[in-house]
Amino acid sequence: MEQFLNIFLGGLFIGGIYSLVSMGLSLQYGVAKVLNIAHGEFLMIGAFATYWLQEIGFNPLLTVVVVGPVLFLVGFLLYRTVFTSIRLRSAHPGIYESNSLLAAFGIYFIVQNIGILIWGTTPHSYTYLNTSISVGGALFTQNRIVAAAFAVVIGIAFYLFLTNTRTGKAIRAAAQDPSTAGLMGVNIDFVLALCFGFGAAMAGVAGSLISICYSLSTSMGLGYTVIAIVVVTLGGLGSIPGSFIGGFVLGIIGSGVSYWQPGLTVASYYVIFIILLLVRPKGIMGKQ
Amino acid sequence: MHLLEGEKVTKYFGGLAAVSEVDFYVDEGEILGLIGPNGAGKTTLFNLISAALEPKPGVIKFRDEQINGLRPYKICRLGIARTFQTVKIFGNLPVIENVRVGSLFGPLKGLSTAEATKVALELLEFVGLSKVAYTPARDMTLVNQKRLEVARALATKPTLLLLDELMAGLNQTELLDTMELVKQIQKKGITIIMIEHVMKAIMGICDRIIVLHHGKKIADGTPEEVANSKKVIEVYLGEASDAGS
Amino acid sequence: MQPGIPVLLLILIALAPLYGSGYIVTLFTYFILYMVLSVSWTIFSGSTGYISLASAAFYGVGVYAAAMFGERMPFIFVILIGGIASFILAFIVGAITLRLRGIYFAMFTFGLVVLMKEVIHYWEITIEGTRGHFVIFQSNETIFYYLLGIFIVTMIVAYIIRKSRYGLALASIGENEEAAGHTGINVTMVKVITFAISAIFMGAAGAVMATKFTYIDPGVAFNPMMSFSPALMSIFGGMGSIYGPVVGAVVFSYLQEWLMTGSLKSYYMLIFGAILVATIIYLPSGVTGLIQNLWRRIRGAKSAPTRG
Repeated sequence: MEQFLNIFLGGLFIGGIYSLVSMGLSLQYGVAKVLNIAHGEFLMIGAFATYWLQEIGFNPLLTVVVVGPVLFLVGFLLYRTVFTSIRLRSAHPGIYESNSLLAAFGIYFIVQNIGILIWGTTPHSYTYLNTSISVGGALFTQNRIVAAAFAVVIGIAFYLFLTNTRTGKAIRAAAQDPSTAGLMGVNIDFVLALCFGFGAAMAGVAGSLISICYSLSTSMGLGYTVIAIVVVTLGGLGSIPGSFIGGFVLGIIGSGVSYWQPGLTVASYYVIFIILLLVRPKGIMGKQ
Repeated sequence: MHLLEGEKVTKYFGGLAAVSEVDFYVDEGEILGLIGPNGAGKTTLFNLISAALEPKPGVIKFRDEQINGLRPYKICRLGIARTFQTVKIFGNLPVIENVRVGSLFGPLKGLSTAEATKVALELLEFVGLSKVAYTPARDMTLVNQKRLEVARALATKPTLLLLDELMAGLNQTELLDTMELVKQIQKKGITIIMIEHVMKAIMGICDRIIVLHHGKKIADGTPEEVANSKKVIEVYLGEASDAGS
Repeated sequence: MQPGIPVLLLILIALAPLYGSGYIVTLFTYFILYMVLSVSWTIFSGSTGYISLASAAFYGVGVYAAAMFGERMPFIFVILIGGIASFILAFIVGAITLRLRGIYFAMFTFGLVVLMKEVIHYWEITIEGTRGHFVIFQSNETIFYYLLGIFIVTMIVAYIIRKSRYGLALASIGENEEAAGHTGINVTMVKVITFAISAIFMGAAGAVMATKFTYIDPGVAFNPMMSFSPALMSIFGGMGSIYGPVVGAVVFSYLQEWLMTGSLKSYYMLIFGAILVATIIYLPSGVTGLIQNLWRRIRGAKSAPTRG
């Protein structure tokens, strides 16, 4: 029983983080139509920013208040400069998709390099809320529970923002049909940049939350990008609720596989990916 | 035996039936018109025939053999070719290469490179594009691009040709030229189904007309029968354009 | 471009070991390696527009083939195994993903290098009980000539594909895949087979280059940079001709060499990333595309009159 809780709850906790990361990626692809394979690098920057801030005395959880907006700004500006340029010069959406993918690949290397220049390649870590709590016999460190809780709250808050505010509705309109939304008075360029910024912010915040539980290194991003990609496909490309659910599903599966054979977690994600592509590419909640 | 036959062909997008229980047929040598208001399901029906989409449920038969479920390239090789409502030519390739793609890959029996070029040149002559054979396709006028699509489709040696709004956006002269082209294609022995909004073209060259409305067939008959059908007049013919758009 | 100039250059390069120092031979080896990777990448991604980020995975497979079989077989067989293993991997990946939209292909190939690294790491730890391999030594000249041979084969295959009806099919798919399918092209099969063929040369090159590493483990063999470089080089060079990627490869491998030996060593990923982004925005047809456009403008526009 205790083993089961270990796996299940452990999976939920990391799943909360996966959800947040994946929702960010889903937002960027679903609305701004950029498959941001540099997503994990923003996560890495967020993680290290929190590390650095906590080294100079700030409470790691509070750093989220800084990391979020800063990374939002980075993402927003990046979209306004790089991706808008590409969009304006791309003859049709297919070319825009592949060009922005490649540009994101370039950004992946740029951001990684910056990370390595500042923090090197050795792993870093710090301790915060390290004491363990028992949940039904299974032991978890407090930080994992807190991180997951934060991630879920942010995720739900964002979902409420999407469904209940004017800006949120503009975003959903832009995701469904950019040209019509534009005709109805939505400032498309601004909305797309907004989404890209939100996506980057979510990655950064997820990174901060990860840093309070696990060690960080400048190469940590790639793994999370791959996870986000699988979750986004599982949940349905462009579906925010789908990514939310998918994150937990993958977290639990990963937790189970990790318990059985830790070296095979990525392989198990890929098995899921392959099954999805063969059987139901549009995922759990994907639209046509 | 009808050349092409559809039984209770249906296709849902989400909760909406784009095409709903449509029965249709076309006989060899005919020109069948397919008309209806925007959103009636005409292009969807073409997509179902050419296998861009699969009917669910419904059966489509070509020469009495079921073809739904086959991939588009197979349908093409069986002898059904089509043009598209928004022109889908290979823009960066020269005009002649566009047609050669058709002659190299479309017919059931492949052609040699030399034969393919010969066929392509003949077809360019047929549609009147010989002079621009080596121009990049994207540099041509819309009218010429549409003719290129027709040439490419013909290069695949079809028995049945589906034309999707070939006449849209043409002026009077172009319209008459294109109507003549369609009649010439019929003279070659190719059966034609054409989606159109231009009534002059439809009434002028079609042997039979099917009318769709909200995905359902509401009329099926000769141009006179359809023009006089109360239902059709009520739903559609009042709004239709006469020539050009 | 007339065949004379490239053939001349090729002969000049081929004779390098005779007149050049060991350093020149090694440098040219890297040029040729990246030329092989870039041209191979362009065979598929250049014409169809499906961006493959899996080059590192195929290269790594080749490296591992050499690591595993290098001591038991003649070198030429090791290279063949590397090529065939990559072909099989690419065929499977293609069969799964190329039936779907390009974005799925990009996503799947992006993570492939991570997957391969993990799987082989797992295999080594749990099944073989060892970590990493040592590879049998080959002289620099041997490596150079094998790689040159692979390059020549790659260029010949790239040329034949481009000029053949399959090249036309690939171009059609890149222009408008839906129309290509409706014009009788079996688009899925064409994509999968072309993708698999392009992987052969990457695997073969990996098998040859493996002998330059004294020690091979999954981290060494599967490096995302090897997916990035062919893309950067091909796009910068221009994918309109088979020479574009070659130009890009030479420019960037030289640039890389120069950066790595200078004070800018720790900035090279940043610089290359920035160049890729700039190229995509400002130079989408690459250097050779730019030159072709200028050339056309100098000679005067030659389009035939269109009928209105």
